[in-house]
Amino acid sequence: MDRAATSQSPAQFVAHKKAARATLGQMALAIGIAFFLLAFLLFPVATVLYVAFTEKGSGNFTLINFIDFANTDLFVRSFWNSFYVSAMSVVLASVFALPLAYITTRFTFRGAGLIQTLGFLPLIMPPFVGAVAMLLLFGRNGSINLLLDEWFDFKIPFMEGLNGVILVQSIHYFPFILVNLSASLRNIDRAMEEAAQNLGSSGFRLFRRIVFPLAMPGYLAGASLVFVKVFDDLATPLLLNVKDMLAPQAYLRVTSIGIADPMGYVISVVLIVMSVLAMWLSARAMKGRDYATVQRGGGGLMKRSMNRFETILAYSVVTLILLLVLAPHIGLLLLSFATVWSFSPLPDGYTFAHYSRVFGDSFVYIKNTFLYASLAGIIDVVLGVAISYLVLRTKLIGREWLDFMASAALAIPGVVLGIGFLRAFYGVTLWNGQPLATVWIMIVLALAIRRLPYALRACYAALQQISQSLEEAAENLGAGKARTVRRIVLPLMTGGIVAGFVTSFSTAAVELSATLMLVQSNSDAPLAYGLYVFMQTPAGRGPGAALGVIAVLLVAVCSWASHVLIERTQKAKGATS
Amino acid sequence: MARCIRWAVVAMAAILASGAQAQTGKVTVVTSFSKDVTDPIKKAFEKAVPGTTLEVQNRNTNAGVKFLEETKANNQIDLFWASAPDAFEVLKTKGLLQKYQPKATGIPEKIGSYPINDPQGTYFGFAASGYGIMWNERYAKANKLPDPKEWSDLAKPVYYDHVLMAAPSRSGTTHLTIETILQGEGWDKGWRAIKDMSGNFRQITERSFGVPEAVNSGQVGVGIVIDFFAFSSQASGFPVKFVYPTVTTIVPANVAIVANAPNKAGAEAFVDFLLSPTGQEVLLEPSIRRLPVNPSVYAKAPADYPNPFTNPSLGARVKFDVDLSEKRTNVVDALYDQLITFQLDNLKAATKALHEAETALAKKDNPQARTLVKEARDLIAAMPITEAQAASPEIAGVFTGAKEKGARQAELEQQWASFAKTRYQEAQAKAEQALKLAR
Repeated sequence: MDRAATSQSPAQFVAHKKAARATLGQMALAIGIAFFLLAFLLFPVATVLYVAFTEKGSGNFTLINFIDFANTDLFVRSFWNSFYVSAMSVVLASVFALPLAYITTRFTFRGAGLIQTLGFLPLIMPPFVGAVAMLLLFGRNGSINLLLDEWFDFKIPFMEGLNGVILVQSIHYFPFILVNLSASLRNIDRAMEEAAQNLGSSGFRLFRRIVFPLAMPGYLAGASLVFVKVFDDLATPLLLNVKDMLAPQAYLRVTSIGIADPMGYVISVVLIVMSVLAMWLSARAMKGRDYATVQRGGGGLMKRSMNRFETILAYSVVTLILLLVLAPHIGLLLLSFATVWSFSPLPDGYTFAHYSRVFGDSFVYIKNTFLYASLAGIIDVVLGVAISYLVLRTKLIGREWLDFMASAALAIPGVVLGIGFLRAFYGVTLWNGQPLATVWIMIVLALAIRRLPYALRACYAALQQISQSLEEAAENLGAGKARTVRRIVLPLMTGGIVAGFVTSFSTAAVELSATLMLVQSNSDAPLAYGLYVFMQTPAGRGPGAALGVIAVLLVAVCSWASHVLIERTQKAKGATS
Repeated sequence: MARCIRWAVVAMAAILASGAQAQTGKVTVVTSFSKDVTDPIKKAFEKAVPGTTLEVQNRNTNAGVKFLEETKANNQIDLFWASAPDAFEVLKTKGLLQKYQPKATGIPEKIGSYPINDPQGTYFGFAASGYGIMWNERYAKANKLPDPKEWSDLAKPVYYDHVLMAAPSRSGTTHLTIETILQGEGWDKGWRAIKDMSGNFRQITERSFGVPEAVNSGQVGVGIVIDFFAFSSQASGFPVKFVYPTVTTIVPANVAIVANAPNKAGAEAFVDFLLSPTGQEVLLEPSIRRLPVNPSVYAKAPADYPNPFTNPSLGARVKFDVDLSEKRTNVVDALYDQLITFQLDNLKAATKALHEAETALAKKDNPQARTLVKEARDLIAAMPITEAQAASPEIAGVFTGAKEKGARQAELEQQWASFAKTRYQEAQAKAEQALKLAR
């Protein structure tokens, strides 16, 4: 890696001098993005969060609320709990993700595409039903514990307290690491590995000294997302009835009726600051290192074949991990066919009735989900590419702030964004008297803002791995900036862009917290909302699970399609070299 | 050019007209009720008043209230339709509801001891529900739990770690249960009973529906729920049972017309339909199963249907003081959260130690240990504020964002939390000491 960096430094020196002059187009782009973020992120959120800085009674500016925060045992306890859970989730998520990513990208492995797709599924855990399914399998009286109790007379507290949150969160979010790390591994220049092998390195040493460090941008991108996402997630702890964490505390405060207390907003501010800090730290860790590799023809790491023993080992590791991380979906599938499932290892009986019940309703939900999530995904990758390009390739003043602003979206509780959108845009009426906030496009914008950080991190990592000398070469041959981006940068970033789109799209497809505030009628509602409506009744558990299965299938098909797309482009690249 | 403009005007007028026409037939309602409830009523309403469509926006009660508050400047909602009367009180105080005199006749003033309609005429009860105890039979059998009958049963050692309830600050109906116990037993005795019971809780959920969900799936054995959750769970085939304890309130679920409703006539038609005999009969459907507020409709109900108008044990024991309840709503919720919800681990540890000490004492008596146990019980029951303070404007004002200066909510809550924490820990120590003596 160091060798690669030094060999490039003269070229980079030139590049820095050249980049110092920002073009007019870049400036316009930066201003455009800044305006978008201001209008749809900063302004709506500020209309809600300013309360955190006001004094009770007078409404004057004050920081007393933050002192209260530090003096309240509950909040301090919640803060450290959140920190602990997030850190441990990163560790456990890495344990799930590393073997899957490594085996599928580095070895000739039948079903690598299938594993990548399946490994991605946990990210699409539909609201409510995911947790219900998890509890039915792993809960105190879930299938596993009931069987253990019957056979061996003991139970394992998988789902109790903070440990339960760590387990569910790392299952839920480990695909962030898997997707980004796999994209990184694919982008590593084979020549690096060969050079190391020629110098006598092999096995674990090769992985530790060459492969893993070169894949670092992807790993860090994924790990920082996992950390921040777990830190800011409120649904999982709340469904497991763990309230001593920051995000649930903020949510409980903001949504309790009749209570006009600034603390909910104070906690939201703390969440946002912590998330930006985590993102900044992970950017710091990468600073001063160069991860770019010049050669692009190789199409990723050499895939080698395994001997018989290795094959068996690899398959059993992969199967074991997949079984564990797909448990919620297996439970969901069972639930969607179950008649009654109560205090028993398996349902009492099976039926198709739930699917026929949702069949009529689900078409409009599917259409809306598809429309909203893909529009949001497209907005996200466009913004993500633009922002990472501005940050990594230009010297515009304050360009990092675009990155920080966009990343801060990760930390904003959905309900705060939802209320912010209502406050900011409900007063604005269209020509027919309809408030702007009630048009479905606002749901798309809210989803895009909430999922922007995912796409941004993926694009950022992809661009980090591309050497600037490729662009310089293009420019030396007479291509303009725009042409260089179009013909050189974008094609080389394809893997990252697709990864970003898939992540944004699929998580937007099951998002509920902001949507719940903005959905105005059933005909505009996405799947997650329909699922929410079902999951509020005892009779709705089966149909809700059926809708959940439909949502997961929908997203899985899309993510599989994009995986095929990556493979094909990789192959095409390999063929031309 | 002029022709273009004329065309544009005609087109605009056409759009506006079509918009206006759609408006007369569309009644928009924000509700916390599930599809199971809204679908049959929507169908019956659209049949009874031809030419109308009921547009249902499903939001939980809190989100619904927030939504109406945030959008009041440009209101597009005709009706608010939910269970918890306190949500309607909040809306009423903020001036977001419209007065109306429903046409329906034959609906009495009170159900149990609770007034059916808002005395100011801004919201109307249309169905009643009562709180009670629901349990999973398979779970109870496996864990050898007896069938519970009264709230006080749930404080017994056998139920330790087997009971579930929603936080009163998150569920308006749970709040009413707590308030009923406080009014029925008195402030100090009531809190003592509530804490004794809560010490046995496995968890405290943040959604009302989280309770029946956990009981249905067998994750928790016993839940404190509103009756229709239990009835509709039974209707869906889950192995659950339900009982009304003697101290229970029957509370109306309500409907209200939103101030500046875009389709006021349609909204009024819906209220009138809901209170008419046809509308009331829809409530008897198995998927809904709520208690109609019109006594004559019970004639068409199945034989075992609970009838609060003829069965005096349903909700008539406690004389429910709505004004008192309203004055201290937020204080009671915050007290429960700070003393119990967020201190549950400490409270459970103390309760467990007490159960063990008491079991040991039952086998072998020891006067000194008895005193320790009593002291521990008193420590747990201690309250940071008195009943009078709870209803005082100084304390209530802390939670309503009153304009006057005063204690901040976070300060006060921290005081209460540390008050409870130290006492629970002391109680646990005393109980453990008692256990040693009794051995």
